[in-house]
Amino acid sequence: MRNARRRFGNALFILPAGLLLTVFMIYPIILTVRMSLDTGDGLRLTKFIGLTNFVQLSKDRLFLDLANLSGAVFNNGIWLVLYVGGCLLLGLVIASLADRVRYERAIKAIVFAPQAIAATAAGIIWLLVYAPQPNIGLLNGALGAAGVQPIGWLGQPATVNLAIIVAAVWAGTGLVVVILSAAIKGVPIELVEASMIDGASPFQTFRRIVIPMIAVPISVVVVTLSISVIKVFDIVYVMTHGGPAGASRVIAYTYYVQTFEAGRGGYGAAAAVIMVLLMVPIMALNIRRFRLDDADR
Amino acid sequence: MIGTIQPHARSRSARARREIVTFVRRWPLHLALILIAVVWILPSLGVIITSVRPRNDISSTGWWTVLFHPAVTLDNYTNIIGSLGFGRAFLNSFLIAVPATLLPISIGALAAYAFAFLRFWGRKTLFLIIVALMVMPVQAGFVPILQIFSTFGLNRSYVGIWLAHTAFGLPFAIFLLRGFFVQLPLEILESARIDGASSLRVFWQIVLPLSRPALASLAVFQFLWVWNDLLMNLVFISNPVLQPLTVQTASLLSSFGQEFDILSASSVVLMIVPLIVFLSLQRYFVRGIVAGAVK
Repeated sequence: MRNARRRFGNALFILPAGLLLTVFMIYPIILTVRMSLDTGDGLRLTKFIGLTNFVQLSKDRLFLDLANLSGAVFNNGIWLVLYVGGCLLLGLVIASLADRVRYERAIKAIVFAPQAIAATAAGIIWLLVYAPQPNIGLLNGALGAAGVQPIGWLGQPATVNLAIIVAAVWAGTGLVVVILSAAIKGVPIELVEASMIDGASPFQTFRRIVIPMIAVPISVVVVTLSISVIKVFDIVYVMTHGGPAGASRVIAYTYYVQTFEAGRGGYGAAAAVIMVLLMVPIMALNIRRFRLDDADR
Repeated sequence: MIGTIQPHARSRSARARREIVTFVRRWPLHLALILIAVVWILPSLGVIITSVRPRNDISSTGWWTVLFHPAVTLDNYTNIIGSLGFGRAFLNSFLIAVPATLLPISIGALAAYAFAFLRFWGRKTLFLIIVALMVMPVQAGFVPILQIFSTFGLNRSYVGIWLAHTAFGLPFAIFLLRGFFVQLPLEILESARIDGASSLRVFWQIVLPLSRPALASLAVFQFLWVWNDLLMNLVFISNPVLQPLTVQTASLLSSFGQEFDILSASSVVLMIVPLIVFLSLQRYFVRGIVAGAVK
């Protein structure tokens, strides 16, 4: 009896959090799933239509157009390859180069600083870099000095995604540098020296010794960056509003447009549900990793 | 021998020479790093310089030629603060971010304490749910939350956005703090318990003071998360007067698309607080962001 009362008292500690999470996360998520099976006109449950929204989404050329290699889902795929790959590669290079000099801290601080600022600000910073007029935009200014005609980086479907992703890589690499730099310092110096004495080149040593030793932090980084790819919205909204003609739309942008601009609650909810489904493997991974970590203690 | 007379000076100059030699020999490394630093600084430098240039200079000459056109003005700032409401938006950002930081930390700390030390029904399962919720996209909750807010009139004030940021910040706050709490020395907690201290008292007088570094990292992380957020503010704050800097800045883009006098000044205003936080609390900042990467 006393024990039961104490357990009840203990549960009071999680009551405020549990209440907020139930009301503002779990209950809304359930409703959103229900809404994705509805027309959801005017953002209200109107008429149950089963999986129609998902079927329509798969035919929506702004959402997924495999024939022309475009659409929001495809763009998220481009993000996954180029953003995750770019941040990882640059992060690895910068972390290992900076590891060998005395001004390492300064380099890391410079690369990490954009992590502090809003995607909104990063977007404007890069809007200026990409400005089409060569007397305003640095990139076209530099190209102009080399005799190249100015390019409207954000104005054409061929370059718009790449241009936004470069801005995002600029903002996101610092995190990778900090995580991997700590990991690289954990690689025993004897291993590296032994490999060099055995005649391995610095590059071979890096690939065969250092990379396998930091495989776990690398996987953490990949998961982390993938989460931000699934969620990416702010920087696209600021830089292009998904344009030109929907060419830079991502899933989160489709959700926003359909829900808040077109008022198609069900259609938007279906896009949101797809975002959640994309997160499920990551959730499973996090749970697994947490269980392993916790068992170690 | 000279060496025996001035051993110190000689070895020092020899070392200096050796250092210079290795520095020069490693020039490709230094060049690469300097190049990286320049690439990372130039974009922000452009916006900062542009923000203090006269409007005519901005549209006629590149910011990188500023040394040849050294005119400096604060007009862009007085413009956005005077006629575009950036003073109010700056205040709004604080009014949103401060409670939306304190609430999830205090509520999260309570829950994290329970998950770390107390026994109650369903503890393990509930915690796994929290781990799963950590990466939940906000889109999955927007419309239903909006309906709750409009039913109770919470979207006319900041109460709604505070609650939304608190709810979506809680899973990570609980996860981070629990991870820190379980590493605290158990003996201290148990001896306090034996002395008859209640759970609440152990939490308040022992666990919280010992956890200052974790609380600080979390506070910095959550504050910047909220300060920098555009999407949630866009959705949950309908009254234009209540909008924070991110929304205000983004809305300028539709009316002043390529007018970099206004855009650059507004993005500098938006960046200034996070950069001050970064420079003054770098340690907590880096820890918080790195830990928060799982979100």
